[in-house]
Amino acid sequence: MKYDDLKLTAQNLRKNILTMIHEAKSGHPGGSLSAVEIVTYLYFKEMNIKDPHDEGRDRFVLSKGHGAPVLYSALMEKGFINKELMGTLRQVNSKLQGHPDMKKLPGVEASTGSLGQGLSIANGMALAFKLDKKENRVFALLGDGEIQEGMIWEAAMLANHYHLDNLTAILDHNGLQIDGKNNDVMTVEPIDEKFEAFGWHVIKADGHDFESLEKAFEERKKVTGKPALIIAETIKGKGCSFMEDKASWHGKAPNYEEFCMAMEEIGGGLNG
Amino acid sequence: MAKATREAYGEALKKLAANNPDVVVLDADLSGSTKTSEFKKVSPERFFNVGIAEQNLIGTAAGMSLAGKIPFASSFAMFAAGRAFEIIRNTVAYPFLNVKIAATHAGLTVGEDGASHQAIEDISLMRSIPNMTVINPADCIEAEQAVLKAAEYVGPVYIRLGRMAVEDVYDSSYQFEIGKGVELKNGSDVTIIATGIMVQKALKASESLKAQGIDARVINIHTIKPIDKEIIIKAAKETRAVVTAEEHSIIGGLGSAVLEVLSDTCPVPVRRIGVMDTFGESGKPEDLMEKYMLTEKNIEESCKEIIKMK
Repeated sequence: MKYDDLKLTAQNLRKNILTMIHEAKSGHPGGSLSAVEIVTYLYFKEMNIKDPHDEGRDRFVLSKGHGAPVLYSALMEKGFINKELMGTLRQVNSKLQGHPDMKKLPGVEASTGSLGQGLSIANGMALAFKLDKKENRVFALLGDGEIQEGMIWEAAMLANHYHLDNLTAILDHNGLQIDGKNNDVMTVEPIDEKFEAFGWHVIKADGHDFESLEKAFEERKKVTGKPALIIAETIKGKGCSFMEDKASWHGKAPNYEEFCMAMEEIGGGLNG
Repeated sequence: MAKATREAYGEALKKLAANNPDVVVLDADLSGSTKTSEFKKVSPERFFNVGIAEQNLIGTAAGMSLAGKIPFASSFAMFAAGRAFEIIRNTVAYPFLNVKIAATHAGLTVGEDGASHQAIEDISLMRSIPNMTVINPADCIEAEQAVLKAAEYVGPVYIRLGRMAVEDVYDSSYQFEIGKGVELKNGSDVTIIATGIMVQKALKASESLKAQGIDARVINIHTIKPIDKEIIIKAAKETRAVVTAEEHSIIGGLGSAVLEVLSDTCPVPVRRIGVMDTFGESGKPEDLMEKYMLTEKNIEESCKEIIKMK
């Protein structure tokens, strides 16, 4: 099948995420699992990145830094960081900080964690590449709760003003944040119209379907002269039935029984 | 010649435009006041206005540094160090990015705009962040060199600049070095440790004290972090009394930094001149300096008082 390799990688990412968070007894499974297909597609299909030190590489900024486990998992599957680190997440002296620390790991392009800042960072990279007439592209993954931060809209304005068509933001639209549904906490919709009003090209996709993601990223390539946002519809906790669409799994680690159940559901069993 | 340190910043940026192709400059709609407009005139393609958005100013600068640029980001000190504090802390200093924050209109001498625009906490804020270098030049000669040295240094730097003209403390032979305090005048009775605009006042106070038979040493601490411990400890040991002077709150600035050094090594009587944990107000800069007790006379009186405590 066309997307079998990507699906297998996504499965591995999910297992890595759960293993890390379970062993750490701490972390953010919900928003890591919802972004699995997006991150898989970026690292294993879309982005030009064979070596984390290559100057010509495309850049990925995880603006929703609490999704660190999905990034670490992708970097492990890429071979940029050692899988043996998996048991060290959130432990003292670990390279796998609770939120990504670019100084500790190759392949982490920016230190993030405090929400709302990643789009500005991505803008800065995209501006610099344009100034130097370089081909590097920049991708930023935003949370849907995160766009409640005012700084996101400062950055949204700038990306349009400077015509950053080498910048693509992807919104992990799982509809939930720590305190509940986005729109119960603070209305974020209509996200598409807001970004369009800010001069962005907006594309909608199913964030768990590789065919849909491929169509979105291909459409993005055809748009010049402006930044683009891919609103990827996702399910928080995707892949573990008891976590799916539950805000309570935003920042909680599964216990041993839950972990076994989740690994079973994802497939391959504990050692798969 | 009396000139504001922000003018020297504009001059330094023009040199960097000519000599360093990696330097880019960002501003948040204050380029005429911060003098980044000087860079824009000669290198418009490397100048980026982000609009009135200081958080994005710093975040964008961080991203540019990650793509190999040396960004100078400017706004008023209130908004750069104040409003964008957390972005500076998390996105610039934590990963040790090569971003230079040149903040103008610091302190009470902003004058007529009043308390909302008078940053008297910025040294304290910036100094408390790990990895950050904090520089507060005394005059234009020092300010220009500080900007050029900051461009050479790899890592985050906060440079504090003023709106009001200051007299030259140095001549053209002066060599600025990050982290190295400068003994401007030797003396054995008391040491005045000053920074920024207060350095010229410290020198005047020492002249006046000399006429009264008091031999005051004057030290300029232009780099508040990392601070030159040696010059401070040596002065404290040799004069046994210290007065600090800064156009900043007495909480967390130069005075606090000097006390931190001395309490660990050589506790001697110290008197701090600064804004007394209060907000400023509108007024002519010189009237405000008078009202908030930041004059050479205040330094002189403090020296006399502290000598009695030896």
